[in-house]
Amino acid sequence: MPSKKIYLDNAASTPVDGEVLKAMLPYFEREYGNASSVHNFGQKARAAIDRAREQVADFLNCQVSEIIFTGSATEADNLAIFGVVRDFQERRIKPHFITTRIEHDAVLESCKKLEKEGVEVTYLPVDKEGIVRVSDVKKAIKKNTVLVSVMYANNEIGTVQPIAEIANIICNFRNSKFQAPNPKQIPNLKSQFPIFHTDAVQAVNYLDCDVKKLGVDLLTLSAHKIYGPKGVGALYVKEGTPILPIIFGGGHEQGLRPGTENTPGIVGLGKAIEKVKSEKTSANSVESSKIKNLERLRDKLIDGILKRIPDSRLNGSRVNRLPNNANFSFRGAEGESIAISLDREGIAASTGSACSSKSLEPSHVLLALGLSPEEVHGSLRLTLGRYTTEEDINKVLEVLPKIIERLRKLSPFK
Amino acid sequence: MKKIGFYTKEVFEHFQNPHNYGKIKNPDGVGKVGNIVCGDVMYLYIKVGKDKKGREIIKNVKFETYGCLAAIATSSVITDLVKGKTIEEALNLDRQEVVRALGGLPPIKIHCSVLAVDALLEAIHDYLKKQKRPIPKELRKRHKKLEKEKKEIEKRHRGWIKLEEKLYAEDKGKK
Repeated sequence: MPSKKIYLDNAASTPVDGEVLKAMLPYFEREYGNASSVHNFGQKARAAIDRAREQVADFLNCQVSEIIFTGSATEADNLAIFGVVRDFQERRIKPHFITTRIEHDAVLESCKKLEKEGVEVTYLPVDKEGIVRVSDVKKAIKKNTVLVSVMYANNEIGTVQPIAEIANIICNFRNSKFQAPNPKQIPNLKSQFPIFHTDAVQAVNYLDCDVKKLGVDLLTLSAHKIYGPKGVGALYVKEGTPILPIIFGGGHEQGLRPGTENTPGIVGLGKAIEKVKSEKTSANSVESSKIKNLERLRDKLIDGILKRIPDSRLNGSRVNRLPNNANFSFRGAEGESIAISLDREGIAASTGSACSSKSLEPSHVLLALGLSPEEVHGSLRLTLGRYTTEEDINKVLEVLPKIIERLRKLSPFK
Repeated sequence: MKKIGFYTKEVFEHFQNPHNYGKIKNPDGVGKVGNIVCGDVMYLYIKVGKDKKGREIIKNVKFETYGCLAAIATSSVITDLVKGKTIEEALNLDRQEVVRALGGLPPIKIHCSVLAVDALLEAIHDYLKKQKRPIPKELRKRHKKLEKEKKEIEKRHRGWIKLEEKLYAEDKGKK
């Protein structure tokens, strides 16, 4: 086994940053009180959670009361979707949802569940670059559209969606609906709908997540994708957004997410997001150039692979993509075989191949791009991170062509 | 049974150093199968000869496989299992033997062993057909089923190709 491990699966999870871990530690052992308790132990935990809430609110440019901590981003997505529909179902109008074919399963599976409950769902296609067309959103919005959920950046191909533009369309629609000639036809439907949700889990590290600029009502984020701990996420809920809890048992998080707060996890999320903010906005050129450097390494990887490996292609837009994402398809080499061969060389990556999924289903994101099942079968995702070095990329460029060549030799498709 | 990740050591060994891979020139029989579930594809080539007793045996066998570790490992191990065996013995090869020879497969990968056995059966079917010899009933039945599956895969792929064409046309229209 090679000595140095190269981790290129940062879209799956990231290591906990040293400072983040240090901030979390006291809340396991010393400040272990329940934040709902009146005593000093509890109040210390409460203060720490309040501080973390400020850090997240500061990052999103919103009020502290608009942040709901959850147990994961998946839970936050579920709260956004089911929470909004539960509130709406009390209005006795058949709800309509709009989402895209490239969402994370947390959104897609939730929408499929809602379909079974009688909610109408429109799944918008993407162009072959992996971007949703704003005009498609406009066409899809109907009088009974309750929620539009479009992810900020895709987890598989890293494509960045035009969130602010979509928000604009939604805002215009709300305004026009408010002045509807016959408001009696759409009772109880005021300018609140449709509500706009975005899953920003992959975007937080690299993109502007100012909710005012984005124009979203709900936004999901996760700690473990931003060098924080696993098991904690958050949902931004714009003040006045109609939403109901989906689990019950206490008044925590303004009644929207009952359950004793995960103090160390929440503290970790706060610290991690504070660090991301300083990395993104710092006037210090060393800090802000980190993202530029990541883009440079990503481009070196993409150019190197496409040049060195014949019959390879990049999946998703070259331009509108996260600084850390590269996703390829190789003809005649299967994804799981590639990923495990890389792992044998000490390089961690992932694939959209059906062979590596629990359900044996090929990636729905890559299929939505119009890729053939064979192309999806031979897909590989490499996602860079804060600790990726030039040597790491050089190593991949040295090793991967040989792996593909070997697998192609074994394959009947030469 | 030593396992690396969720595969056994044997699977890794066959994947790293597969036995009998490649094509046979002028093969006596070829089995081409694809997995309807995951999309793996396996080609198996056989050359038939006679042993000292005059019985027909699989003198040489090679494979070409596009697929995951389990698909490549089952292809490799089945060539070991049938090389030198009589046609009769090869026809009776049990899928379980393939799995056992690999020290086990994860439950979700068992279908790869089915694929390998199917490739072998198809190669023998092809050989018997070319020789204009009677084909055992069981083998005929299996062949028919595989033919049907093949058509389904093609149909499904056509569906995807259509979708792809549609998306491209839409993008063109936009520009």
